[in-house]
Amino acid sequence: MDNFFDLVPLVVLIPLAGLLINLFAGRQLGERGVSIVAVGASGMAFVIAVLLWIAQVNTGYKAAVIDMPILADWIVIPSANVTIPWAFRVDSLSVTMMLAVTGVGTLIHLYAVGYMHGDERFPRFFVYMNLFLVFMLILVTGNNFLMMFVGWEGVGLCSYLLIGFWFDKPGGVGWRNSDAARKALIVNRVGDFGLVLGVLITFWTFGTLDYYREGEAPIVPHAAAEEGAPLFAPALPAEEEAHAISGPLGVFNQAELWLEKGGHNVDFGMVSLSFETTLTLITLLFLLGATGKSAQIPLFVWLPDAMAGPTPVSALIHAATMVTAGVYMMVRANVFYHAAEFSSFVVAAIGATTALIAGFIALGQWDIKRVLAYSTISQLGFMVAAVGVGAYAAAIFHLVTHACFKALLFLGSGSVIHGMEHGHHHATHGHAGHADDEFDPQDLRFMGGLKERMPVTYWTYLFGTLAIAGIIPFAGFWSKDEILLDSLKAGVDKGLLSGYVGFVLLLTAAAFTAFYMWRQVSLIFLGKPRHAAAAHAEESSRVMTVPLIILAALSLLIGFINVPSGFPILGWLLGEHQFTSFLEHSVPYAHAGTFSFLLATFAVLLALGAIYLARSVYNDRALAVLREDPLALNTRTQRAFTLANAKLYWDEFYFTYVVYPYRNAAYWLAEQVDWRFLHDYVHERLLRDPFNAATRALTWRVDKQIIDRSFDGLGHAARRAASRLRRIQTGYVHIYAMSVLFGALLVMALILLPLIRDWLGL
Amino acid sequence: MGSSEVAVELYVLLSAVLFIMGAMGVLLRRNAILVFMSVELMLNAANLALVAFARQWASGAGHLMVFFVMTVAAAEVAVGLALIVAIFRTKKSIDIDNLHMFKG
Amino acid sequence: MEDISLVTVVLMLPLVGLVLMMLFSRTEQAYKWGALVTSLVTFGASLLLVRNFNTGVSGLQMVQRVDWITADSFTIRYYVGVDGISIWLVLLTTFIMPLSILASFNPIKDRVRLYYVFMLLMEWAMLGVFVAQDLFLFYIFWEVTLVPMYFLIGIWGAEERIYAAIKFFLYTMAGSLLMLLAILWLGNEAGTFSVPDILAKLDSGELTFSTATGRWLFLAFGIAFAIKVPMWPLHSWLPDAHVQAPTAGSVILAGVLLKMGTYGFVRFNLPLFPEASETFAPYVAVLAVIGIIYGAWVSYGQKDVKKLVAYSSISHLGFVMLGIFALNPAGIQGGILQMVNHGISTGGLFLLVGVLYERRHTKLMSAFGGIWRAMPLYSGIALVIVLSSMGLPGLNGFVGEFTILLGSAGSSVLSWWFTFFAAIGIILAAVYMLYMFNTVFMGALDKEENKRLPDLNWQELWSLVPILVMVFVIGLQAGYFFEFMDGSVKDLVDYVNGYALSAAGH
Repeated sequence: MDNFFDLVPLVVLIPLAGLLINLFAGRQLGERGVSIVAVGASGMAFVIAVLLWIAQVNTGYKAAVIDMPILADWIVIPSANVTIPWAFRVDSLSVTMMLAVTGVGTLIHLYAVGYMHGDERFPRFFVYMNLFLVFMLILVTGNNFLMMFVGWEGVGLCSYLLIGFWFDKPGGVGWRNSDAARKALIVNRVGDFGLVLGVLITFWTFGTLDYYREGEAPIVPHAAAEEGAPLFAPALPAEEEAHAISGPLGVFNQAELWLEKGGHNVDFGMVSLSFETTLTLITLLFLLGATGKSAQIPLFVWLPDAMAGPTPVSALIHAATMVTAGVYMMVRANVFYHAAEFSSFVVAAIGATTALIAGFIALGQWDIKRVLAYSTISQLGFMVAAVGVGAYAAAIFHLVTHACFKALLFLGSGSVIHGMEHGHHHATHGHAGHADDEFDPQDLRFMGGLKERMPVTYWTYLFGTLAIAGIIPFAGFWSKDEILLDSLKAGVDKGLLSGYVGFVLLLTAAAFTAFYMWRQVSLIFLGKPRHAAAAHAEESSRVMTVPLIILAALSLLIGFINVPSGFPILGWLLGEHQFTSFLEHSVPYAHAGTFSFLLATFAVLLALGAIYLARSVYNDRALAVLREDPLALNTRTQRAFTLANAKLYWDEFYFTYVVYPYRNAAYWLAEQVDWRFLHDYVHERLLRDPFNAATRALTWRVDKQIIDRSFDGLGHAARRAASRLRRIQTGYVHIYAMSVLFGALLVMALILLPLIRDWLGL
Repeated sequence: MGSSEVAVELYVLLSAVLFIMGAMGVLLRRNAILVFMSVELMLNAANLALVAFARQWASGAGHLMVFFVMTVAAAEVAVGLALIVAIFRTKKSIDIDNLHMFKG
Repeated sequence: MEDISLVTVVLMLPLVGLVLMMLFSRTEQAYKWGALVTSLVTFGASLLLVRNFNTGVSGLQMVQRVDWITADSFTIRYYVGVDGISIWLVLLTTFIMPLSILASFNPIKDRVRLYYVFMLLMEWAMLGVFVAQDLFLFYIFWEVTLVPMYFLIGIWGAEERIYAAIKFFLYTMAGSLLMLLAILWLGNEAGTFSVPDILAKLDSGELTFSTATGRWLFLAFGIAFAIKVPMWPLHSWLPDAHVQAPTAGSVILAGVLLKMGTYGFVRFNLPLFPEASETFAPYVAVLAVIGIIYGAWVSYGQKDVKKLVAYSSISHLGFVMLGIFALNPAGIQGGILQMVNHGISTGGLFLLVGVLYERRHTKLMSAFGGIWRAMPLYSGIALVIVLSSMGLPGLNGFVGEFTILLGSAGSSVLSWWFTFFAAIGIILAAVYMLYMFNTVFMGALDKEENKRLPDLNWQELWSLVPILVMVFVIGLQAGYFFEFMDGSVKDLVDYVNGYALSAAGH
């Protein structure tokens, strides 16, 4: 069974092969061929994930580190001791994520075949979907933080490509889609900034980025000392482990050893910090990354806009998988978060607050997918809060259950939208008049009464709603309950204020969840159709409804993998906290939760109460008319509703205080500072012009006026002298003769001068 | 009285007188031909002096110089008279007071 | 007469090809193909260089050393060789040239023969800069690169080409003059212009200069290189040069010429003036980080796509400078790799811009939109190159950026704030690159003129495909490339650190 582990590269390579085939031969293969390749690749990846899981179970949950075939190490700088390899990790956490990603992913691929039928860029869509799988799987199977980062940014890229898939829809819609795509990537990059800084510090602190090396097992001294709960201890004691492996240990074991020793100082470059401070820094920076990818406060604003993409994209990327990457990362780094108490507090605070605020905003939205988007943000808040209070297993459990029922809800909404579009087409017989310009197949106000028209969609959607609201026995109950319990426990046991506050916030958010989900169900399915489109809607094709049914079944059943200990009957029947036990092998600080009958009952009653409240607000009477939301009409809730509807003005705030100033500053810098000042003024006015002026001064004043003039002057002087001398030439021969005579006499006199002198006696 | 030698001084004196007469003629005459005649006179005066001294010192070089001078004088007269004829043809006058075309 | 080293062969091949071409060719076609063949042969020879390179040796390899001008007090030599620092830059040059030549086939329509003459001269001069080990020889090649570039911009450029060409020439030359003074002083003092000899004399103590002198010399060399990089605030010549230059001119300018500046810092400033390097490192890093952020910010404010890419070069090379002045192996190796990466990605970007310019004769982004629908193959390639420039992990740009940040984070001369602000460049790079990509490629295809644009022809395609290949190869297997650099860079870093330590009296 061991060599099943070697299959892990295939989980990445098969979707890669699939996307390459569809990229180059998509046109020729046609819709059918492309679908088979894409869904097949995803399915095969799922099969391999299952095999890996089996291998894990059969080998006593040993972890394995497998190298990437063909490729050698990625970044190697020997003189700086940098070695970052391409290596995969197979352990319970990565297998869990693989199963979730490929399982839900394959169902969504299948659904998308029906949803995207007829789209002219059908092959391209599945290329991107498979590319997404490739990156997401690299993210969860990488054995070091940098490989995770490859997947991390890679899924961001796929998000960009898929959100902006319909980038050229007419009427400005294309531009909106493209802008939404850009927003997603850029906001994610802000988070990535934090993540990169965290990775840099991690490297210099530990000398490596690997989680664990081959053969290393997680050390759990702290956990063992604290909980006393049965945990999986490694076979070898820590020191022997250290000797068996060459080079530095993985980051987590190094951390454990230093924490145990205490007083370790981190020195690199010009930085010197205590180890605890370093861990706090790293975890906070990682948190920043997680808020970007997992859409928490303050970087969640991209997710609602991301709904511009096709619904399968929203389901897969923005509900089930990509957004969970932040949670995965923090759970993977549970050793760090467990030790950094302050950071965990911040994490819990952000998670709980996000859960509440997003839940609140979801109450006021009219777009079916927006409600689900904010719901996703809210549920992610639950997961993040779970991480913050140390309930790592609960976080991953909720991640898995959420993947199932949120994917279900999104696919269901896609089915609804499809039905509405078909209905619209039928109703207007293909001739949409101007009165129908404001028709939006995604707007809840135009729906209603679809229970009769689209039964399968209705029932599966109902399952999803009950799951997310946390009604027993659906999956959401188990996972949400565990989080609530753990956060309460964190307050009670450790005296953490964050636990109590978080508990209250999460409880409120859970209530909101039930309320807005039932609001959705009421507005979509109950009552009478409010628009011709709804009246003519039809159930979707089987290729779309079959995944819905499968996911609905999962939403009902998957909770049972982690029945808490102490739960009557079922605990004995299905085994207690199976999932947590499985996870514990790779997440040292995962602990199983016990069951609190009181809390569970309270939570279920709260959810049911919220549903009842929603039912009474959105009763048949209100549903029949529905120009305004009943909450908007009620004076007590009016202001709250408006705020929720306006998304708490968060986007507007960012636009006014971040985007707009940055852009204007860019124009100002480009135009005024760089071009007019630096380029023109400094270089041309201050440098070139004086130079030219000096040149001119030299040319004119010095060269021409002074130097030339002086030489010209010489010439003039010569001329003037000549003109005066010319006068000797009188032209008269006898004058010349006379001068000759005089000259001769003069010469003779000079020659005879001595004689003359003698003769005169001088 | 054996040799009827005339004293050299008398020759030189004659030469000087002739020379001065010729010089005066050059300076004071207006007719170009007469100026030329005066120039010839000056040249011949010089010749006379040369011959006298050559006789006195029994030098062949002196006689030789006289021949040179005579030849040159002849050539010069030829050229000069030709020039005068040419000038006369243009200006219809050989009054040197009217000939100042080379005025600078 | 010693054997001719492979380095000399690679260096002189363009010149030989040029001479043969001028003797035997008459037609424009012959010149085009002759130039292409010559550059491909040179590339092949440089691959041999890589194969023969011994990664275990950290000093100069395949050296050729011939006395050229000897006088009583100094010697100037023809002294060439490669080591870990220059090998990939030589490869970059020989790689970029065939691509530029191929991409020029269609766009250049008049005075064609002269154009390809200049291209080959350019290649020769650029190779000379990277392999020269004698300061005088280096200076000669450095200045010679200016002349063909001046003509390339001035003759085949856009509307204001003369202004841009003159500005480019004068600006660079003005900086070089200071360097010349420094070279002359140094050569005189040392009695030789050959850098390895000077280094040996510095090491043995035969030649010393005071700290102040070292700093002045550093600045003298530094200003010339800083103008070339270009470092903020000496960058004003770059936007003009790029916007006015023909496509291949921009590719060469961004791809190779700018690297001469950064290379100069690594090859000369660091080893010759280690004390000054350590002292000035924070100041250079400040300018580098300003360049990163300023370049990215101003890039976002541009309407002309070539100008946008020009300012992005300033941003990218800010990273390189930061990496170099982190003065540690990770930083410097990251910097050198990023030089190569930038050459490839930005060269690719300019080729892409050229493709659009050929079709629509405008570089304003507002003239486009929805190009992805009209030219799918082109857009796919463009996406990859844009992502590479943006530093998507798995592609080449990221490896360089990350390694540089790694170096600057662990640097003993730069505080952590440099890394912090430089990392902001990651966000800003996405902002301007996606702005460009979205505006040009996405959105509705609503302009009539854009609807029937032809996709890539074979010359354009084959000038872009090698770039794509290298983007992935370097991105996925950077270790291979680092292996070549490791020995030489380690020696350099040890030397700089050791010198500074001894100077500090440890």
